[in-house]
Amino acid sequence: MSLLDTPGATPIEMAPSAQPAAYDPVWAAADPNQPATVLPSRPAAARTPAQPRPIGGLSRADLLMMVGAAVSSLCITMLLFGRLTPLKGKFGFVLVAFVLYLVVYAVLSSLTERNTAVVDKVMSIAFTAAALVAFFALASVILYVFIKGWQAFTNWNFFTEDMSSTGPLDPLSQGGVAHAIVGTLIMMTISLIITVPLGIACAVYLNETRGKFANLVRTIVTAMTALPSILAGLFIFITWILILGFRPSGFAASLAISIMMLPIIIRASDVVLRLVPGNLREASAALGAPQWRTVWHVVLPTARSGLTTAVILGVARGVGETAPVLLTAGAANAMNVNPTADPMISLPLAAYNFVKAPGEILHARGFAAAAVLMLLVLVLFTVARILGGRPAGRLSKRQTRKAAAQSLDDLARIEALSTGSK
Amino acid sequence: MSSTFIPETPAGAPATPRTLETKLVRSDQIFRRGVAMSGVVVLMIMGAVGLFLTLKAVPALREAGFGFFSTADWEVSRGKFGIAAVLTGTILIAAVAVSVALPISIATALFITEVAPVWMRSWLVALVDLMAAVPSVVYGLWGLFLLQGQAVGVARFINSWFDWIPLFHVNGADPNSPLASASVYTASTFIAGIVVAMMVMPIQCVVMREVFSQVPIGEREGAFALGATRWGMIRAVTLPFGRGGMIGGTMLGLGRALGETIAVVLIISPLFKINFHILQVGSNSVSSLIAIRYVESTPMSLSALMAAGLVLFMITLVVNFTASWFVARSRSGAGSEA
Repeated sequence: MSLLDTPGATPIEMAPSAQPAAYDPVWAAADPNQPATVLPSRPAAARTPAQPRPIGGLSRADLLMMVGAAVSSLCITMLLFGRLTPLKGKFGFVLVAFVLYLVVYAVLSSLTERNTAVVDKVMSIAFTAAALVAFFALASVILYVFIKGWQAFTNWNFFTEDMSSTGPLDPLSQGGVAHAIVGTLIMMTISLIITVPLGIACAVYLNETRGKFANLVRTIVTAMTALPSILAGLFIFITWILILGFRPSGFAASLAISIMMLPIIIRASDVVLRLVPGNLREASAALGAPQWRTVWHVVLPTARSGLTTAVILGVARGVGETAPVLLTAGAANAMNVNPTADPMISLPLAAYNFVKAPGEILHARGFAAAAVLMLLVLVLFTVARILGGRPAGRLSKRQTRKAAAQSLDDLARIEALSTGSK
Repeated sequence: MSSTFIPETPAGAPATPRTLETKLVRSDQIFRRGVAMSGVVVLMIMGAVGLFLTLKAVPALREAGFGFFSTADWEVSRGKFGIAAVLTGTILIAAVAVSVALPISIATALFITEVAPVWMRSWLVALVDLMAAVPSVVYGLWGLFLLQGQAVGVARFINSWFDWIPLFHVNGADPNSPLASASVYTASTFIAGIVVAMMVMPIQCVVMREVFSQVPIGEREGAFALGATRWGMIRAVTLPFGRGGMIGGTMLGLGRALGETIAVVLIISPLFKINFHILQVGSNSVSSLIAIRYVESTPMSLSALMAAGLVLFMITLVVNFTASWFVARSRSGAGSEA
């Protein structure tokens, strides 16, 4: 229906391109091949003002639509799987139900919404679903390991005994992974003693000095983050054990883990140190502090929380590494607290070995060892979240109180000095 | 009467800029030297690893010649060894992992930055970080005992519908017979790939989320002001802005997937034949080859393992450098860590 049909319009000869810009969008609908001139007229009814489009948030109608779509897709899927087609399988059921849900939801919302809004809604659902899949997978990993390991976990001896006098068929009330826990702790301690000073010093070097050599070091460190962990193990295996002739030991494993952790810690600390505001450094220099004092008293304390996080995340990576330990530690069944002499074992390696061997009981032990490892990682991770996560220079409440008390003391000291000198 | 006064330049030597020199105090000289030493030590350790890997690989590469890249067998004592099978397996596993992980990681990153309510975001970020910190042996156990049972059904489903695609063909499988054994679908590239995808997903997601969260608020609001829906804004602003980070994050994940050892060792049954059928039992990877064969300690077999490791390292190196190049070059990547 166009204005051309109305009797009041007088057609005259006019090129379509020369038509005046219309006030009224009705022009868009007019046939351009029929030249005509029209008195522009506003429509009689005042237009309703445009409503802002709601971004995010759920309205009641949305919620009802979701529930409706869910119910109907579930019903259709059940019909498909039970009656109409020979489809079967849990995974297929979920997949078909989800696709149907999207379709039904799209159709439902297209009743009230325009196409762009329908696409938007469907995409939001798709993102949510993908995130749910990811977090469901994480939850299933953690829960599964804990459930399968629970039986061994509840026997107290699991944490206090080793496997030296326990055979593969012995029940879970005998033997445990104390040796692996101790081994893991010893290996991580040695690795930390090596990597933390070296890593942080190197990160300070990268940040506090400029030059070609620093850039070279940074490039090489970046390259080494790509080193597959098994190659770190193979390197130590060939140099330390085969060429230098040492026996497989906890120390060798620590060396391999250190090689793997070092680039991770350097890179993470480098990023954190780069975030320390330059004006703090300049203020310190302006007060006459030499560079080492600036680094020691300003840069490192400012970045403390970030550095802690960097180290802890490095440890979380290192503690779970199996491949380098497999090649270098030898596998011990007995408690060994001497890292330099005899074979040692770590928790991930113990879990791996238990599971590789046949037998339900050993598998349960393997899962329990993995669960202990998981707990260790969880604890480390929580500590890292509590300590870290604050940007450089932002203080916690306790630190703020401490700093305030310090400056009150300073004030008292200065006042005492100034009154004393008068 | 006034005129412009031009000062005469004084006769004598022309002015030259004063040279500034900083002289470090003694304590700073020691400090500089100390931290530089740590740089040298790190460089030496890292250089030693690379150099040693290369030097030790030479005898095997010399013995095998070009056949090292075209032989599928691994019989070092008979001089017949090469990485054709293990390298194909490595790349296929990584490819499966990335193609499973990529859509999920992009969508999860977008969910965290765009869709999730604000109070939930920091929790979700922590969960993704935790997912990245779960040890690979734990994922391996999960994959071996829980996932494999579920994934076999999926593999059978894909096989029965897409058997005509060579990649999804399975020798010796009869998808139409309900009584056929499912064991041809176990221990395959596909299942190993899914487990590795669990490790790759959070790595990709962390980088992408970081990049998406840096999208300038003005551009977001501009898109909304022009009437965009949320998805319209994501398509027009977030995704183009984050493209470099998305590519970089994907490749970082790929680098990790190529080097994964223990989860792959637990899942696959090693096969020294080039196997393109990803759903079929049997696969291999360079790192699992090293983990299984390091015990044969003749110098030549170790050298051959080193050579395989060297090739793997070269690939991960190229992938990682490309990744950081993409992240650094992108508009968004200036401050992000990747």
